[in-house]
Amino acid sequence: MEPFKLIHPNDQHAAIASSGAANVKFIAGGTNLIDLMKLDIEKPAQLVDINSLKLQTIEALPNGSVRIGALVKNSDLAYHPVIVKNYPVLSEALLSGASPQLRNMATVGGNLLQRTRCPYFYDTSFPCNKRVPGSGCSAINGYNRNNAVLGTSTQCIATHPSDMCVAMAALGAIVHVEGLTGKRQIPFHEFHLLPEQTPQYETTLKHGELITAVELPPIRYSAKSHYLKVRDRHSYEFALASAAVALNVSNGRIEAARVALGGVGTKPWRSVEAEKALVGAAADEQSYRNAAEAALNGAKPFKDNAFKIELAKRTLVRALKTVGGMS
Amino acid sequence: MGNNLGISNTDDEEPSSNGTTRRDFLAQITYAGAGLTLVPLLAGTKDILPQAPPPNAETATINLTVNGQKHALNIDERTTLLDALRENLQMTGTKKGCDHGQCGACTVLINGRRVNSCLTFAAMCQGKEIITIEGLAKGDRLHPMQEAFIKHDAFQCGYCTPGQICSAVGLVNEGHVHNDADIHELMSGNICRCGAYQNIVDAIKEVQNIA
Ligand SMILES: Cc1cc2nc3c(=O)[nH]c(=O)nc-3n(C[C@H](O)[C@H](O)[C@H](O)COP(=O)(O)OP(=O)(O)OC[C@H]3O[C@@H](n4cnc5c(N)ncnc54)[C@H](O)[C@@H]3O)c2cc1C
Ligand code: SF4
Ligand code: FES
Ligand code: FES
Repeated sequence: MEPFKLIHPNDQHAAIASSGAANVKFIAGGTNLIDLMKLDIEKPAQLVDINSLKLQTIEALPNGSVRIGALVKNSDLAYHPVIVKNYPVLSEALLSGASPQLRNMATVGGNLLQRTRCPYFYDTSFPCNKRVPGSGCSAINGYNRNNAVLGTSTQCIATHPSDMCVAMAALGAIVHVEGLTGKRQIPFHEFHLLPEQTPQYETTLKHGELITAVELPPIRYSAKSHYLKVRDRHSYEFALASAAVALNVSNGRIEAARVALGGVGTKPWRSVEAEKALVGAAADEQSYRNAAEAALNGAKPFKDNAFKIELAKRTLVRALKTVGGMS
Repeated sequence: MGNNLGISNTDDEEPSSNGTTRRDFLAQITYAGAGLTLVPLLAGTKDILPQAPPPNAETATINLTVNGQKHALNIDERTTLLDALRENLQMTGTKKGCDHGQCGACTVLINGRRVNSCLTFAAMCQGKEIITIEGLAKGDRLHPMQEAFIKHDAFQCGYCTPGQICSAVGLVNEGHVHNDADIHELMSGNICRCGAYQNIVDAIKEVQNIA
């Protein structure tokens, strides 16, 4: 690990003011950043420990939204009564991620920015465009069983590893950020970037901007939602495929739907195509299958991961059945 | 990595009943068994321990409260809580397995909640109550979870055990366990290579009072 200077501001403006220089990074739970620093993949010269900032609360706002502070721990969010009741998809996604110890450390802001688990990104002896831009992608012609089938480019096919983000994509969350030039709100689908020609850029957050909160807009039917994660072992493992869904069913017809996929996309994958296929259709297995076909329509398999296309379809159908059956 | 940590895994210094430490014992058998060729290697072990930060490191004086006792430490800022406990405070009860959040051997309680001490910097743990396996017993009276692990034979080699016990104490504090399946799921952050899982579950059930 390279040496760095560690500072602990307890004022938000001071934290933002000290983070503008290149090679300065915020540190929250540390569960992703320290891991990567140990491997010399991240080498910040200065770390700004933001854990003393007042970004730790979960508030129900008068307009029906829920505002989640960026430093709220993944476990606290997962077990919060409002989230359990009104946004089960988010609670289940969080509880399917990592381990209890890690969830006690990991924060909402850090989870949004966690980096891929592509094995070549982690192994500094291999070329990787995300780690060293222009060096090449070892996964495209290498071992790519865990890599993405949606949103890939000729430069990178890494999946986005977060479970929480898949639920937030389905819920249409809004990311609140603050930088030296002021505050911004970023709709979830604009927060993460596709790899395209520059896989080293992963989000639209600007250097030095602090994530302050994530807002969940009110969705009338979000209590009827579910997260299903499929993986190589039952727990403490990243997704091969996952689905976050919410459905509003009335008299056997689907009036509204939210669908996002994990484990298969280069970013948390909201599928507007699947949602369109569902709205107006009967709440039955055929409609769910049609939606799954629509969601994976543009999927592109690589040598070892073609199975993910069928797996993702079945995962989505099963998640939709579960929610469709909720009375 | 900055701290020559690869060596520390085998470096426990708990004295055995006859007063020899494990390292002394290793040294003795090596003298006896392999002749003198390995002696310089073993003799050097102590010097490699990362007591003094390397010259280019940023250092800081930090205060840690471990098992109710305050310690002032001058450390390399790169020191994780795990390394501060093991290398600086010589509290080797907390184990290093993977050093990457993947095994749970390093689990300790911070403000009553279980965390992986390998993925937090010691300097970020100031002002918090850190409890390690050494701090669970009250004098000679073992913590109920320690008693239950012994009663149910919930370990073989014992390497994962301090982490398992701290994690199990955290699990009970969290209060989300209602049945066996919950224990399986909520103890999944602790890997046991010996496969003592069923007995670990039995020990936790006893403390949780689940039939
Ligand atoms: C063994 C293991 C298994 C895991 N399994 C899963 C899994 O199954 N599913 C899953 O979803 N995740 C999993 N994770 C990942 C885990 O969820 C992330 O490591 C965690 O969410 C990161 O949060 P953090 O607060 O620890 O971030 P940190 O490590 O502190 O930070 C991560 C990044 O975010 C930046 N950052 C943090 N907070 C802010 C902020 N407020 N504003 C701006 N920038 C910020 C940091 O600068 C850094 O670049 C796993 C991790 C490990 C180690
Ligand atoms: S898929 Fe992306 S992260 Fe993986 S090796 Fe290729 S460029 Fe690197
Ligand atoms: S040593 Fe910390 S989780 Fe393995
Ligand atoms: S008892 Fe040996 S690893 Fe668990």
